[in-house]
Amino acid sequence: MERAIVLMGCAIGAGLALIAGIGPGIGEGYAVGKACEAIARQPESKGDVTSTMLLGCAIAETTGIYGFVTGLLLLFVAPGLFLGML
Amino acid sequence: MNVEINGAPIYFELFGCIPITATLVVSWVIMIILTGLCIWLTRDLKVQNVSKRQAVAEFLVKTAEKFVNTNMGPKFAHYVPFVAALFCLSVFSSLSSLIGCFSPTADLSTTLAWAIVVFIMITATKIRTGGLGGYLLGFTKPIPVLTPFNVISECATPISMAFRHFGNIVSGMVISTLVYAALTLANQALFGLLPGLLGDILGSIPFLTVGVPAFLSLYFDWFSSFMQAFIFCMLTTLYIANAAEE
Repeated sequence: MERAIVLMGCAIGAGLALIAGIGPGIGEGYAVGKACEAIARQPESKGDVTSTMLLGCAIAETTGIYGFVTGLLLLFVAPGLFLGML
Repeated sequence: MNVEINGAPIYFELFGCIPITATLVVSWVIMIILTGLCIWLTRDLKVQNVSKRQAVAEFLVKTAEKFVNTNMGPKFAHYVPFVAALFCLSVFSSLSSLIGCFSPTADLSTTLAWAIVVFIMITATKIRTGGLGGYLLGFTKPIPVLTPFNVISECATPISMAFRHFGNIVSGMVISTLVYAALTLANQALFGLLPGLLGDILGSIPFLTVGVPAFLSLYFDWFSSFMQAFIFCMLTTLYIANAAEE
């Protein structure tokens, strides 16, 4: 019974952790949209805008990556750890 | 149907305590390849009548110099070798998954090691520009109440750099594995509809896994590898340039 609860908690937690993917998705979409606007207004600055946008996207992605790493830990590390404690 | 997602496999243990993992072996192979490539590219350089090889070498060096120059300014020219080496190592490590090796950047140890090296360089630059007292006083700005938060944000730099690189490469690996497994399963289900022995034989040959994962690989291996190497180097240069300005 305890094993089942621990495994259930880990699985649900991993699923919840990956909700963190919503934030970077919205943020990056917004950034790319603004970059498209900027390029449409000033096509000659395409290179600068693109590299800055990619850097910003990568940084905005960090929170999503944290969620992903937390999910991985909950799936692969936490069950063994918590089952060992029982 | 079992899907296995593992970390770096351990080949053997040196002296019974140092595990020799796939990360270590592949990293050393990549280092040897890169060193050999550099030696081969820079053999018998000439001033006139340059060969194609020398033209490629000059282009690569110029690109690296331009990258550091635009991000950090001309007085940081001595960082060019470090940044270029980091970029090459990162790209080659991430792309090594294309030939079926375990990619060293899918191991947190590798990326964390790089991030710690960069963190030490940032701290050294800060101490060199402002002195040890200036560095320590920098934590109490803008008001002393914020000191704990400043310490946390300082520690978050290497962690976020390491996890960003690691997470991107590993997420690609996990998704590729899942897609392969799903396609194999779909293949079995699809050809299993055929009656009798024919369905069994056709179902066991994974037709669907040919071709489709190549498009995923284009994004997760090629684009992601170059992107993460670029981001890592960009952040390195920006952080160091920032540290020198204070």
